Amino acid sequence: MTNNTVLQVNDLKVRVGQRGHELVKGISFHIDQGEIFALVGESGSGKSLTSLSIMRLLPNALQVAGGSIVLRDTHLFRLTEAQMNDVRGKRIAMIFQEPQSSLNPVQTIGDQLKEVIQLHQDIAASEMNQKMISLLEEVGIPEPAARLKWYPHQLSGGQKQRIMIAMALACEPELLIADEPTTALDVTIQRQILELLDKLRKSHNLSVLLITHDMGVVAEMADRVAVMQYGEILEQADRDTFFKNPQHEYSRRLINSLPGMDHYLSANSQDNLLSVDGLKIWFPKKKGILQRTVGHTKAVDDVSFSVGKQETLALVGESGSGKTTTGKAILRLNEIYGGSIRFDGQEITDLNRKAFMPLRRDIQIIFQDPFSSMNPRMSIREIIEEGMLSLEVGQNEQEREATMQRLLDRVGMLPEHLNRYPHEFSGGQRQRIAIARALAVNPKLIICDEPTSALDVSIRGQVLDLLRELQDELGVSYLFITHDLSIIPHLAHRVAVMKNGQIVEQGATEQIMRSPQHPYTQQLLAAAPRSPLEHAS
Amino acid sequence: MIKPVILWSDVLIYLLVISVVAFLIQLRKRPQTRERWRSVFTSKVGMVSFVVIAFYVLVALLDSLHYREALPPSGEGEQTTAYSSEVKSVLDVVLHNLHESNEKTYSAPFAIYSFAKENLEADDGSIYRDYPRLEHAGKHLDDPSERTGDILWRTLVALMTGLLIAAVLIGLHKYVLRGSDGDNGIPWKAAYITIAILSMFTCWVIQLSEFYHVMGTNKVGADVMYSSIKAIRTGVLIGTLATMVTLPFAIILGISAGYFKGLVDDIVQYLYTTLSSIPSILLIAASVLLVDVYIETNAEEFNLTILRSDFKFLALCAILGLTSWTTLCRLLRAETLKVSQLEYVQAAHAFGVSHGNIISRHILPNITHIILIALVLDFSMFVLAEALLSYIGVGVDPSMHSWGNMINAARSELSRDPFVWWPVISAFLLMFTLVLAANLFSDEVRNAFDPRTVKEGN
Repeated sequence: MTNNTVLQVNDLKVRVGQRGHELVKGISFHIDQGEIFALVGESGSGKSLTSLSIMRLLPNALQVAGGSIVLRDTHLFRLTEAQMNDVRGKRIAMIFQEPQSSLNPVQTIGDQLKEVIQLHQDIAASEMNQKMISLLEEVGIPEPAARLKWYPHQLSGGQKQRIMIAMALACEPELLIADEPTTALDVTIQRQILELLDKLRKSHNLSVLLITHDMGVVAEMADRVAVMQYGEILEQADRDTFFKNPQHEYSRRLINSLPGMDHYLSANSQDNLLSVDGLKIWFPKKKGILQRTVGHTKAVDDVSFSVGKQETLALVGESGSGKTTTGKAILRLNEIYGGSIRFDGQEITDLNRKAFMPLRRDIQIIFQDPFSSMNPRMSIREIIEEGMLSLEVGQNEQEREATMQRLLDRVGMLPEHLNRYPHEFSGGQRQRIAIARALAVNPKLIICDEPTSALDVSIRGQVLDLLRELQDELGVSYLFITHDLSIIPHLAHRVAVMKNGQIVEQGATEQIMRSPQHPYTQQLLAAAPRSPLEHAS
Repeated sequence: MIKPVILWSDVLIYLLVISVVAFLIQLRKRPQTRERWRSVFTSKVGMVSFVVIAFYVLVALLDSLHYREALPPSGEGEQTTAYSSEVKSVLDVVLHNLHESNEKTYSAPFAIYSFAKENLEADDGSIYRDYPRLEHAGKHLDDPSERTGDILWRTLVALMTGLLIAAVLIGLHKYVLRGSDGDNGIPWKAAYITIAILSMFTCWVIQLSEFYHVMGTNKVGADVMYSSIKAIRTGVLIGTLATMVTLPFAIILGISAGYFKGLVDDIVQYLYTTLSSIPSILLIAASVLLVDVYIETNAEEFNLTILRSDFKFLALCAILGLTSWTTLCRLLRAETLKVSQLEYVQAAHAFGVSHGNIISRHILPNITHIILIALVLDFSMFVLAEALLSYIGVGVDPSMHSWGNMINAARSELSRDPFVWWPVISAFLLMFTLVLAANLFSDEVRNAFDPRTVKEGN
């Protein structure tokens, strides 16, 4: 252990209860002064448990079963709870994934910041305000003096995360633990937060333990990388060596899950399957006892695009841009205010519930969250069969059964899975079942609403591959709604970029990705984490 | 000769039992729900409180088989048999010792002397005032000093008999179970112990009542234990029937408000805000008085006392139910709003599944846990509400045995000197046991069904 080492973790083991299953199986690593150390892994790999062990905040059901954690010269496991409280916040600070729930909604920013500073530092009341303003300035909050009186709901997600960083920095910690600090944020904001972290690291000579699953973030930020899987560290190396020459098979899979940007699909379809023209989805704002409509919230305003046969159109935008609302409106899950939607030459905007019925066979949807998109109380058979029964696909039971078995087999599941329940499957498996459910009624167009954003990176690639293969085999078209630019070259023929309910730019994928015209598209592209392979070379 | 009497409340309670059995049969097809119910019964508390509740329900069911006995023919050659105006139940046969040994007035538990002094005639013909011996209790004793020994001996015999009956029951159960695999983690031992205690208690009450008044007698000399046991039917029935009245309102209105939103939601919300802003005691009192007036004006339809009190009782259940559905309705509306936004409901919309199917297949099964929890919680609430309403005089008919009526009577009994404590204690203990068991059981049901306490994948 050199003088330069801030944190040393030796053979750390965490297990369930006294003699239960081990979740972290003896990991060792160290973090040097002024270094960003990235702990990479997918959900369930034990990376968050490691950070909680360092803070000694493990849930009651879990126990540290062995090993030691040393911060400078302090053995953290030998401290009393009261001494540990002094370490938390003052010497080790932590920022969390979800800025929305990390700030108390009924206290002003200033009060919460003050509380943290007072806990660990003795500062006169007169200097307090100055200290807080300079902290907010440092993390890039405009008009810091005024913002101190604001409440969390008045700030955006990125600004909240900045406040969290300011709180973490307030006591000049030696180590900052950042647990997926940008996962809940949009790409452009993610970019800014990462840049801020990097700047602060340099100005404060801060050591950072960065916990993430995103290889793009690792490639941009980390000095050294450790890959975790099933509670073990598979590989540890500095960034350039890691990306150039990954030792472990799993590391290679993680790196390759980031698709390269050099291969593009070309738009080839001539005939339009779906064309949306001047679509408006306005929600009325109502006021007063009589509920008069006084104005409209324009979720989607004058949007036009088209999807060709056997073609994928990627609808790209950040949260709140109206892309999901557009997708649902095509399925008539939302009310349409104006404009027209034509499917296969037929105007479908004004059809009533009954007349729209036959079209439900042709247009299907795959949702973002595989955990809430299936009724937990129905078996897989009931889930897949429901649509076939209601849309009268398949003549009789044998035929439906055969279709279901064929589909499950096609998406890489086993026919006997039909009798199981959703909770018995992992996220990736559930998303495969959701794909099978959509395919069961032989649709011509599938609206994919961020189908991969809730999945781990290595599974994401498999699901995207499956979608593409199915397109080649069955000739379906996809309207692919996403915020993740990195998967677009892999999948889409054409791209439409949405912002604030409007499409700012659309065109062939290669054209948009190589030479974006609109400033917003340029900003999005610049913000997307670059491929680590490019980065390392 | 006996003539069965079928009261409306009897019909309803047996219909309920049948639907519970149907529910259990239907449960076999749903492995997930069965797992949850199993987890209710794998906890000792859940098992014990279930056995206690089942015992109360059994008593209530026995008390719901009514009949009238034929009167002895008055003259020769009479063709039509006249029936007694007293309606008895099967439970009365079991408890005939308690029922038929009335004293003149108050007597303390296990007393052999009356609680009030009377004019007595001495052997020499002079009149003096003293506590007289009771007519029934302890009349087999020649010497009053044998009383303690006699009670202890009879208690011992009764407990042994109870234990023997429990042993037979448990043995039978083990014989039935022998084929199945082990104990499945169900704490049968706790259940056996509860059954043994209940059986010993029952035997003790029945056997000792032949010679004593276990919980004394009330103002008119009737056995207090008898009234408290007869009140079980009232308590159990009001708990279940009133809950059953609330359910359709709460479920139908709550789900439609949450699912259809818009105008339907406005109307339902308007309804329950209005209803819950009227003080419920006032509403109930007014309705009960209306029912009283109805009975007065249609006296010829209610030629038996029991018919009148049964009608009033059912009316009370309905009124209680009609005024109490708002809380559950509000909960269900909120939960439906949440569930109907979930993606699997949207997926069903995308497949064009009809509204009815979406509600019955996707929404209802996913809010059942709230209904179940509310059902068991409301049960104990209604038992307590009955006691409260009878206490202020707008509850069940005074001729009906109920804990509320007993507590109401205690108002004057406790202000006497020396005070009469046994009727209120007796009512309190039986009611307390039922409400405690129901509350503990509802806790277990909540633990098993509330998604927040159930881990994913369990």
